[in-house]
Amino acid sequence: MIDVSELSVERGGVEILSDVSLAVEDGEFLALVGPNGVGKSTLLKTMGGLLRPTAGRVLVDGHDVASLSARQTARLVASVPQETSFDFDFSVREIVEMGRTPYRKRLRRNPDPDGGDRVEAALERTEIAGFADRSVASLSGGEKQRVLLARALAQDAPALLLDEPTASLDINHQVRTLDLVASLNETVVAAIHDLELAARYCDRVALLSDGAVRSVGPPGEVFTPELLEPVFDVDVAVSENAVTGTTSVTALSRGETI
Amino acid sequence: MLALVATVAAGIGPVSIEAATVAKVLVNAVRVPVGVELYSGGGSALQLPAVGLRWAPLTDFEVEKLHATIVLSVRLPRIALGATVGFALGAAGVVMQGFFRNPMADPSIIGVSSGAAVGAVLFIVAPFAVPFGLGLRGAAFLGALATAAVVYLIATEGGRTPVATLLLAGVAIQTFLGAVTSYLLLHSGESMRRVVYWLMGHLDASRMTEAWITGLLAVGLVGLMYLYAEDLNAMLLGEEEARAVGIEVERTKRILLAASSVVTGAAVAVAGVIGFVGLIVPHAMRLIVGPDHRVLLPVSALAGASFLVAADTLARSGAAELPVGIVTAALGAPFFLYLLRRREVSEL
Repeated sequence: MIDVSELSVERGGVEILSDVSLAVEDGEFLALVGPNGVGKSTLLKTMGGLLRPTAGRVLVDGHDVASLSARQTARLVASVPQETSFDFDFSVREIVEMGRTPYRKRLRRNPDPDGGDRVEAALERTEIAGFADRSVASLSGGEKQRVLLARALAQDAPALLLDEPTASLDINHQVRTLDLVASLNETVVAAIHDLELAARYCDRVALLSDGAVRSVGPPGEVFTPELLEPVFDVDVAVSENAVTGTTSVTALSRGETI
Repeated sequence: MLALVATVAAGIGPVSIEAATVAKVLVNAVRVPVGVELYSGGGSALQLPAVGLRWAPLTDFEVEKLHATIVLSVRLPRIALGATVGFALGAAGVVMQGFFRNPMADPSIIGVSSGAAVGAVLFIVAPFAVPFGLGLRGAAFLGALATAAVVYLIATEGGRTPVATLLLAGVAIQTFLGAVTSYLLLHSGESMRRVVYWLMGHLDASRMTEAWITGLLAVGLVGLMYLYAEDLNAMLLGEEEARAVGIEVERTKRILLAASSVVTGAAVAVAGVIGFVGLIVPHAMRLIVGPDHRVLLPVSALAGASFLVAADTLARSGAAELPVGIVTAALGAPFFLYLLRRREVSEL
């Protein structure tokens, strides 16, 4: 579905990603993990056509996103940003309706016939239909996150890119958000800091370090002390979570041993 | 609202005319085609007869001839031009504030008014320095467009125009052009009074042709802006967000910038620098109707028109006539401070 090959990206004259190759299968939920500043957001933005690569390319469904128009790209990939400032008075529904922009045509009487249904479905799915007419400025961080997710769903694109979808959420909303994303059966790439959550929800994880992909595979294969310790520069203990049965990673204090 | 303000305004002045009379005059002036006439082509036998429509007034209310003349020839052109200029500034202000996501943005933020001022002052002080045989309005309009183009080019690099750069380039160019205007003013000698009067913004000596030209331009370009109302909504969330939902951000920015620069340039060219309309009216309307540009843009344009007609009526109904720019600034600034104290302005 998404095919990243030999991708290099510069921002402000500094090379953030160098020679990154990564393939995401149809319907797969892939997590990008790695330390702060390693280039996860940059990779997501380049996949979403928001940044232009200096070398290499991103193919989504066989199309090179750098050569597509914004409208064409938005029909292929929907991005949920890390955070957005909502300090104006749009209603939740109005924000979600913005997701239909790539399907609207100017100067048409009925520009987007199934737009209304798609928006309602997205509001229902993300459980925000109850406050669809409230102002976004009045929402909590977790609610805003779901509004952004709803907008991306309304966009009706086969691939979904999420930048830290759980960073500002409490444990309840973290789990509910990822449950929802995993149940979509869409191709999803998400930058996730919480390795525990990544291991629990994602089919595969890509470990990034210094602008390159260090390792890709199922969480159990990538989340090992040998791979994680040099990347995060911390000693870790890897175990099996007693409840979920998935891989659990614990960072150790300096001098602490198991 | 606009029709009401205009009707009442047409009645106010040295000769006071009742609103009902004004309405009658205006309705009488509406002509509709009632039939087709054939004019026989004189002279050559080959000439085809010309076809023309016969126009006639729809109504024939009893009004004093003097009153009809005052309303139609003296006050109507001025009111029409005021409405047009207010319409243009109200709309351009909304677009600029949305575009820059900055509550201090106004239609002149990229230096359009300063450029128009230099053009106009240059024409008054040294008409021989103005190319292409342009008149005062032409010189001002050209100055406005040239400035907008220069600011845009300075701020653009590799096909991208960051709004922060655009804003700062606009401020720098405005300051520079302000210096040029001051220098020209210093050497304006006897024409100083005329220069200062122009700079203050004015709607007197308006002619109906000006109102028509500016009006058609403004309605057309504001219509174009309206097509981009949803894009402006999405751009309020940030340019990257707008791009992510499929908006060709740079192209939209170019179109909106060009449209608002042209309408602002045209408004300033015919009416001088009328401050605060393009700043205050969008803010006030945003408080009333909310941030959705599909509503805000037309409402603000019409409110700008009403406000300027009302302000101009006030300006010309005192003992001595004032330039309308003084009235808009004198009314607008306190109102803006009031909004600021309510902290509403910061919530763009």
